[in-house]
Amino acid sequence: MSDALLAETVHFAGAQGDVIEGYLARPLGRDRYGGVVVIHHMPGYDDPTKEITRRFAFYGYAALCPNLYSREAPGASPDDAAAAVRAAGGVPDERLVGDVDGAARYLRALTGANGKIGVIGYCSGGRQSVLAACSLRLDAAVDCYGAFAFFDPPEGAPVAFKPLAGLLPNLSCPLLGLFGAEDQYPSPEEVDAFDKELTRLGKPHEFHSYEGAGHAFFSVDRPAYRPEAATDGWRRIWDFFGTHLAS
Amino acid sequence: MCTYLTKSIPLKVSAKGPEGWFTTTEATVYVDHPAHAPADHTLNIDFINRSIGPGARVALELDAAAARALARAIDAALDEAPEGLLP
Repeated sequence: MSDALLAETVHFAGAQGDVIEGYLARPLGRDRYGGVVVIHHMPGYDDPTKEITRRFAFYGYAALCPNLYSREAPGASPDDAAAAVRAAGGVPDERLVGDVDGAARYLRALTGANGKIGVIGYCSGGRQSVLAACSLRLDAAVDCYGAFAFFDPPEGAPVAFKPLAGLLPNLSCPLLGLFGAEDQYPSPEEVDAFDKELTRLGKPHEFHSYEGAGHAFFSVDRPAYRPEAATDGWRRIWDFFGTHLAS
Repeated sequence: MCTYLTKSIPLKVSAKGPEGWFTTTEATVYVDHPAHAPADHTLNIDFINRSIGPGARVALELDAAAARALARAIDAALDEAPEGLLP
């Protein structure tokens, strides 16, 4: 099997038909592959997130990371873009759903796409992954330590940022949750309550919480990186997407 | 965590960014992940002018002790300045 891949910036229609930027990585030399929408964290459409996107291509998926800050800060550096969007109140939930939908449509239209689409997000993107899976028809979703995916947002949060618990009956696909047992956002209490509610609703899911890991344990460029948790987490992701996004 | 809480104040002051001096329109203050500091979270301050564009920005990422020391130093400098010197 070839390990060649192609990664490049593309443009596609997001929410409201707005043309937004995205980073696409796809395997070469494969006839059929599933698609993964990668949702970047709040610090932005940055190099580490693009590296994650390429990693999916290396493992045989077409992956597309939409630049959620395309509209406010086209061409800006990721940190300047994140600051500008933060000052403007953040990414509205409705727009996020439209941008993920646009990315999913783009992936489904690729030559070789098998039509299966997963979504994965880290940190704020973890919550947005759950939001997308409750709003769109998808085949698999992964929430990596997204705070407020179940508990209500904090007082003072932007109004375009809604509680998700009431949307969970609409969850359209299996959900994999990866959390740090030492994280406080989401806290073990939030993860436990989230898990119980999905069980009560009969929604297929599997949650894993890693001892010795806190928030952002996948981040290889930050002190929070925990290699054991990250290595096992990646293994869970490959198993999960291998099951639900296979041709 | 990615916090969603931001203190924002209108602020018309002069700041020097990558393109030179500009007049800010606001400052945002928040605790969240840094872009550069070797820490998981920092107290971040952005001096910005959105009408110029995202690049019109002076950014600081401070640990808690540095942030409080900076706040104290600002207060002290203001307290010690001769009365009537500053507008």
